[in-house]
Amino acid sequence: MNPRNQTTMLSRVADSLYWMSRYLERAEHTARLIDVDLQLQLDQFEPGTERSLRLLAASHSYATPEGEGSATLSRTLTFDRTNPSSIVSCLASARENLRQVREQCSSEMWEQLNRLYLKTVDTEPSDSLNVHRYYWSVQEGAHLFQGITDTTMLHGQGWHYIQLGRYVERTDALATAIGTHFSFLPHYLNQTIEPEEYLEWVGLLKSCSAFEAYCKTYTAELRPMRVAEFVLLNAELPHSVLFAIDRVHEALQALAQLTDRRPDEAIRIMGRLRATLAYSHIEEILANGATNYMDSIRSQCAQVHAAIQQIYFDYPVESAMIA
Amino acid sequence: MHSNAKRTRVGRRSPNAHESVQERFLPPFRNYQYGGAYDEMFEAPGRPRAHYQALFRTLLDLPPDQLRKSQQAADLSFLHQGITFTVYSDDRGTERVFPNDLLPRIIPAAEWRKLEKGLTQRITALNLFLDDIYHQGKILADGVVPREMVYSCKHFRREMRGLDVPRGVYVSICGTDLVRLPDGSFAVLEDNLRVPSGVSYMLANRKVLKRVFPQLFHHYGVSPVDHYAQALLATLMTLTPANSRSVHEPTVVLLTPGVFNSAYFEHTFLAQQMGVELVEGRDLLVHDNIVYMRTTAGLRRVDVIYRRVDDDFLDPVCFRPDSNLGVPGLFNAYRAGNVTLANAIGTGVADDKAVYAYVPAIIKYYLDEDPILNNVDTFLLTDKSQRGFVLENLGKMVVKAVGESGGYGMLIGPHSTEEQREEFRRRIESDPRNYIAQPTLSLSRAPCFLEGEVQARHVDLRPYILYGENVSLVPGGLTRVALRAGSLVVNSSQGGGSKDTWVLRA
Repeated sequence: MNPRNQTTMLSRVADSLYWMSRYLERAEHTARLIDVDLQLQLDQFEPGTERSLRLLAASHSYATPEGEGSATLSRTLTFDRTNPSSIVSCLASARENLRQVREQCSSEMWEQLNRLYLKTVDTEPSDSLNVHRYYWSVQEGAHLFQGITDTTMLHGQGWHYIQLGRYVERTDALATAIGTHFSFLPHYLNQTIEPEEYLEWVGLLKSCSAFEAYCKTYTAELRPMRVAEFVLLNAELPHSVLFAIDRVHEALQALAQLTDRRPDEAIRIMGRLRATLAYSHIEEILANGATNYMDSIRSQCAQVHAAIQQIYFDYPVESAMIA
Repeated sequence: MHSNAKRTRVGRRSPNAHESVQERFLPPFRNYQYGGAYDEMFEAPGRPRAHYQALFRTLLDLPPDQLRKSQQAADLSFLHQGITFTVYSDDRGTERVFPNDLLPRIIPAAEWRKLEKGLTQRITALNLFLDDIYHQGKILADGVVPREMVYSCKHFRREMRGLDVPRGVYVSICGTDLVRLPDGSFAVLEDNLRVPSGVSYMLANRKVLKRVFPQLFHHYGVSPVDHYAQALLATLMTLTPANSRSVHEPTVVLLTPGVFNSAYFEHTFLAQQMGVELVEGRDLLVHDNIVYMRTTAGLRRVDVIYRRVDDDFLDPVCFRPDSNLGVPGLFNAYRAGNVTLANAIGTGVADDKAVYAYVPAIIKYYLDEDPILNNVDTFLLTDKSQRGFVLENLGKMVVKAVGESGGYGMLIGPHSTEEQREEFRRRIESDPRNYIAQPTLSLSRAPCFLEGEVQARHVDLRPYILYGENVSLVPGGLTRVALRAGSLVVNSSQGGGSKDTWVLRA
């Protein structure tokens, strides 16, 4: 086949790969959050339970109905098909998107996602032991999919759209989760952590798959600024904001080369955000309030998303007419 | 035939004698239904035909549980690969596995050679017929096929008049349905000249059977079918339109109606195997009579479209205006010679079930040869005396609507109720051109692995024919199985399944 063929990709296909990846990342993120939360609840007293519930709901932009119990809420976030962000809905959407472009990915990828979907979609766990296993299997299935993707798929355009979707979603999800956590941690500018906030800080690290990595880097002594810096600015932690933004930036650069269509606006926004994070002290970043800063990251994510949409997926015909 | 006569006698014996017939079948064949139809495996009770010997031995020796486990593994692998049908009535989009049967249907080399010759002859003649009726219409002027039969066909496209298609090939992809009659001969039941499907199941079944019976493959020398996708691509590339900018490397795409189509798996599969883009109508656009696809790197010109969308839905400007599946302006681009559609538009007129009755005459007319493969007897209901005969014998007939496929719009006389027969009587009388009738056929039976034992079920055969520079067949095909005991309907939408078809090399 001629080399031009290898870089040809339908806009619809790129769109589906991008969304498939976003949905899968979202499912995995939600599963991790619920899993962490259920674990922490075991160590908490009544008020803590209440808080972690609200935290979860807030990160889903889900209005908690009064008096809704923890079990009901995690069920809604997991199995409710009327909630488009529930794990099951996300897995179904991810699979549906991949099904529409399954000839574009490797058969191994499709089979893994299909298997993950079939395994998790109709099996509500019956007891608490199974509950943990359930969320763990969602995360494991998603990780397996990523590994399979990286080892079996051409690292061409399609792969970069998958990267793009995963890390745009991760940036957004991390910003939301970190912002929500901080809204429950009023003393985050202190040098040391309040004893009653200990679990909250552990929860924050675990929500970013960062607890073990933190201990390795800083020892098990938790200090607010170190934790904040770790999950926001550590370029080596896969679930830090900077790491995710770096990957988005890389994917955009790669796509610009592969398609001859430069997503200038998206690259500009991501480049600026990346530079700010890379060259700022954590104190400067948090000076105007952690939640505000996280909100601004989210809105920049939305702008990048819109810019990608416009340059690759849904452009006006006139702008692309070949002479 | 000798064995046939013997079988008829077996059928008429007393119950005791019948028992002794069953006793000649060893487990797992103990409940094998023998008699009343051509049997693919046995020439006499318990005595397999020469080319089934090895399979027969293998089945006798196999631990009973092993096949069952293989079947489960196969089902699971189909489910995981997503080789499924969408069940439309369920809003969650439940998908069902297309049942496959593990026992191969075996066709000796000599028999296949005859089929190959017969099908080549038939597709050649039908292409000449299409070219003729969309140009001078000599066959109509000579009165061989009645003019009104062609012009009243709902798949006849006036828009195609005078249009020259590349190489004069209208039907480049065809899947002909064959049945084996009680005397052992094959006959053509239907020519599918529009958008035949099922070839992916042929390939998927083969993949499964290679895992289940590797040693039998060695023993038999089974002709490979895996190169179908390359052959299809090569065929499509020979049909590059006159005005293409890249004659040597045309851009080929596969046009699908989308993910909700029941054959969607096949579309993705073929696109992937061929290495071409799988497009939907919304991915294409026409500008200045040139077809482009919308890619991330801008617009890209398209030369050949293997379309799996029906004529009616291809172009809302030209055909059905309510179609969202097509591409506005596509027909004009086609007329201008800037893009090739395969199959061409308007091929349905040649697989109309009433025109079917004239195919032997069509072959004689264009090729001056006798048909190698026979038709099934067909009664044209526009003819008064034939209609009278059919209406008197509805209970013994199969009545089909001429433009339908997939087992829809059919009356199967022996399995019908008085009400259904009345209904069809009314319909035939009010629109005789829309129906044909055929005597109820006894399709041949082949062994299937069902409920832990080997049982006999009715089967047909759909080989796939390609026509680009010349006509070629991949040695194999889809054997469809009527999985319900006694049923004669093999369509997947009506409880059918499929099995692998082995064409032997020698």
